[in-house]
Amino acid sequence: MTTTIRKLLSSAFVGFCALSVLIALVPLAFILFFVVTQGVRAVNLDFFTHMPRPVGEPGGGMANAVVGTLIVTGLASLMAVPIGIVSGIYMSEYAGTRFASAVRFAADTLNGVPSIVIGVFAYGVVVLPFKQFSAMAGGFALGVMMIPIIARTTEELLLLVPGSMREGALALGATRARAVFSVVLPAALPGIVTGVVLALARIAGETAPLLFTSFNNRFFTTKLNQPISTLTVQVFTYATGPYEDWHRQAWAGALVLVTIVLLCSLLARFATRRLERMHARS
Amino acid sequence: MAAAHKDLGFRLGTGFFALLLILIVVAIGVELTQQSMRSLRQFGLDFWRTDIWDPVSGEFGALPFIWGTLYSSIAALVIATPIALGIAVFISELCPAALRQPLVFLTELLAAIPSIVYGLWGIFVLVPAVRAFESSLPDSVRSLPIFAGPPLGLGMLSAALVLAIMVIPFTSSVAREVLKSVPAAQREGAYALGATRFEAIRAALFYARTGIVGAVMLGFGRALGETMAVTMVIGNNPQVSLSLFAPQYTMAAVIANEFTEAADELYLSALVEIGLVLFIITLIVNTLSRLLIWSMARSGAATPAPEPAAATVPGTA
Repeated sequence: MTTTIRKLLSSAFVGFCALSVLIALVPLAFILFFVVTQGVRAVNLDFFTHMPRPVGEPGGGMANAVVGTLIVTGLASLMAVPIGIVSGIYMSEYAGTRFASAVRFAADTLNGVPSIVIGVFAYGVVVLPFKQFSAMAGGFALGVMMIPIIARTTEELLLLVPGSMREGALALGATRARAVFSVVLPAALPGIVTGVVLALARIAGETAPLLFTSFNNRFFTTKLNQPISTLTVQVFTYATGPYEDWHRQAWAGALVLVTIVLLCSLLARFATRRLERMHARS
Repeated sequence: MAAAHKDLGFRLGTGFFALLLILIVVAIGVELTQQSMRSLRQFGLDFWRTDIWDPVSGEFGALPFIWGTLYSSIAALVIATPIALGIAVFISELCPAALRQPLVFLTELLAAIPSIVYGLWGIFVLVPAVRAFESSLPDSVRSLPIFAGPPLGLGMLSAALVLAIMVIPFTSSVAREVLKSVPAAQREGAYALGATRFEAIRAALFYARTGIVGAVMLGFGRALGETMAVTMVIGNNPQVSLSLFAPQYTMAAVIANEFTEAADELYLSALVEIGLVLFIITLIVNTLSRLLIWSMARSGAATPAPEPAAATVPGTA
């Protein structure tokens, strides 16, 4: 092959790689554009404070779904934050052990389980015994999805904390628990909080595990043993329905969801940057 | 001594929570197997060989779903893999340092957008566009079996496109990590021999091939289990068709659509069995992908010299 052809081939390759980035960014721009332009038509204060109106009546909101999403994700966090953080502590403290590797493997496996399968699992474990779709079942399903994310983030961040800090605490006569809870964990706390926020953002956008756990509810409820409406399931119902009004509300719901995700990602990025700088200094 | 006791308590206490993670994974397998017992007993392997899905008359054949899941995921991979690798190479090897972080952030944003939002966008923007594209094709192309059928928009092509977009960030971020673990000597060696940029990067990609395959498989695992976006654009018609234009169905989609409607126990059990098989398939794919990525990361750290070079020097093996 002559040098010219090789050089041309090389430039073509560089061009292809740059083009790939553009190809991926076009859908992103398109999605954000449509969600924002379609969504702003229906997002206003009413969206958060009013109930859905019957088809044909303009206006109305999704107050029940907004509250439902808060409740279900709140329940998920109650379950996942303690389990996730403590198992993350175990994985980092006993990092070399076989059991820690097994737990890490389980966490990664759980992370890869399709969300719809988690929904089927939660249906069998929580819905069937109580014979009732419920906010609790939805919270359980989302909690199961959240645990591995929090556990792995906690583990990684704890491993970032300089070993000298732990050793210092141990040298002063602290027990391992004391060293972890008073020295190592506080040092990593901002990062762990970020991880929890990111995990929350991810599960708040989940629909599949809620379809047959928390189900849906046309009415406003805060009861944990009743079916409850959530933003995502409501968007699904509206999007696949036949009415123009519904479609508008679906876009509004999507805008709210995307805003939550975007804010959380930006927040997390900002926080991790600060953390990295702190770490670089020490 | 007292401290040692307390340390044991700490180890057992935190270990208990860690054990919960393993128990959950086991419980998912056990629970799904139990709930699908009826269907497993009644149909056996025929469940995956017959293609008639008629819950009303009690006929349950899951072939269309596994077909649709594999077809849509593989089609998505065919579209997504070159693009994802291109992005990984661009970000890790080619782009100016100042662009790197923003590009990483933007591509990862693609992974953060909820599946339901992809679905909504799919229904109202992508599907009409795909329909217009399908109608614009000349008849000579449309007569091919892969493009057969009326141009509905809803169907395999839309599903593959949405899936491809959703899979790209996963594959590219892992591929980027893998490329990072390629020793600089690989590229420097290539450049020293007079390689062009493309040839040097090709050498790096070749060196990283195990990890790259792992990255692609990770994307495959994601595509297999993706539910909402696919459900909303694939057309939900249980048929085994080669056509990209035909409305089809996937395993995840049939569970999402029919689970709450499943009136009798056999129907529900059949749906749970589909979930069980989906669980097992994604488990295998994800585990394989992690093993590949992991072995790449280890070999990258331990043995900077590639196998061919070592093999040419006698006595080193």
